Amino acid sequence: MAVPVRLPTVLRPAAGGQSVVAIEGETIGEVLGSLQAEYPAMSGQLLTNEGVLHRFVNVYVNDDDVRYLDKLDTPVSDADTVSIIPAVAGGAA
Amino acid sequence: MPPYRSIIDLIGNTPLVDVSQLSPNPRVAIFAKLEGQNPGGSVKDRPALAMIEDAEKAGRLEPGATLIEPSSGNTGIGLAMICRVKGYRLKVVLPTNVSVERRQLLELWGAEIIESPGAEGSNGAVRLARKLAAENPEWVFLYQYGNDANPRAHYEGTGPEIWKDCPEVTHFVAGLGTSGTLLGVGRFLKEKKPEVQLWAVEPPSGELVDGLRNLDDGYIPPIFLANGGDELLDRKTVVGPRDSIEWTRRLRDIGVFCGISSGAAMAGAVKCASQIADGVVVFVAADGGWKYLSTGAWTGDIDDVVERAKSVIYF
Repeated sequence: MAVPVRLPTVLRPAAGGQSVVAIEGETIGEVLGSLQAEYPAMSGQLLTNEGVLHRFVNVYVNDDDVRYLDKLDTPVSDADTVSIIPAVAGGAA
Repeated sequence: MPPYRSIIDLIGNTPLVDVSQLSPNPRVAIFAKLEGQNPGGSVKDRPALAMIEDAEKAGRLEPGATLIEPSSGNTGIGLAMICRVKGYRLKVVLPTNVSVERRQLLELWGAEIIESPGAEGSNGAVRLARKLAAENPEWVFLYQYGNDANPRAHYEGTGPEIWKDCPEVTHFVAGLGTSGTLLGVGRFLKEKKPEVQLWAVEPPSGELVDGLRNLDDGYIPPIFLANGGDELLDRKTVVGPRDSIEWTRRLRDIGVFCGISSGAAMAGAVKCASQIADGVVVFVAADGGWKYLSTGAWTGDIDDVVERAKSVIYF
């Protein structure tokens, strides 16, 4: 089952310039693993060597940050959109 | 009630108002904490005062001292008001793409505005302020993203106020920003009632992240890391400009005039209410609507307003 994954500008060169790619996987962990396998230039940028999410990478299923769902075990389907978004300072601070 | 000795003494003790008539779930009550009632007009009066008093106690602020701070508006405005009263000078590093009223308020309090590129958002303002602070060691850099007085203002003020007015609270929703509100209120409420759930609302990062050259340019506020933000928060959800403005208008429909980020927090509260069986949701309405009149948020064509909101920092 292919899930649409939106890439941030900074990762698009690693995917031949594409902003959205369709990636197989039933969980966020599977999707990110497949993504790195398909586009090796992303390796190490999303998941650390220990297999956890890189601290400056936020991954959303639709509108929700997976760190506060089931992290890499968060389930996804082809009806969802996964977005990878770098951590930035936001808001009316 | 005796008269207040200073405008600064009016900071805090804001009212909680029931907005449950907008709840999508009849078994979930929603209350708004109206931070626009603070004298500087926003929730940021609280950390601004706490950081200044903390620096005074530590002997970091001599009379007539100059402060520098990155802010997309509200912290700068709160600091500017307090600096005016206390006789300090303030330089605010402000992204160019904020509402005209935010700029006008900084000017009326006498703050000096140093512009940072709008396309870089708050990240760019933080970066420039850090650089200028390093180059000018005589300036006092309170640094709201890394100053523990920021979450402490909410741990000692906002949190206890909510607990006193609404001990029935089951869910607390607020914008993320520096994370000071969520961390401070959240830690206080969870100490009193561990089952309270904390929901963070954030705006879409949109084009603001396009300027990053690599992922290691990312930024997490030091206070978020120092206070175990990852463990404390229970949910983080993005609310886009359309939902933010629609809920800002619905609040207006019941007489609550608040800013666009308050509409975003209300949208988060509504999402929360629709996903739980029953409960009491308290959310922070960070400021009043006054600073956003120029955006046409209430009266303009919704598509036009949403389009404009995409290029302005409203959160």
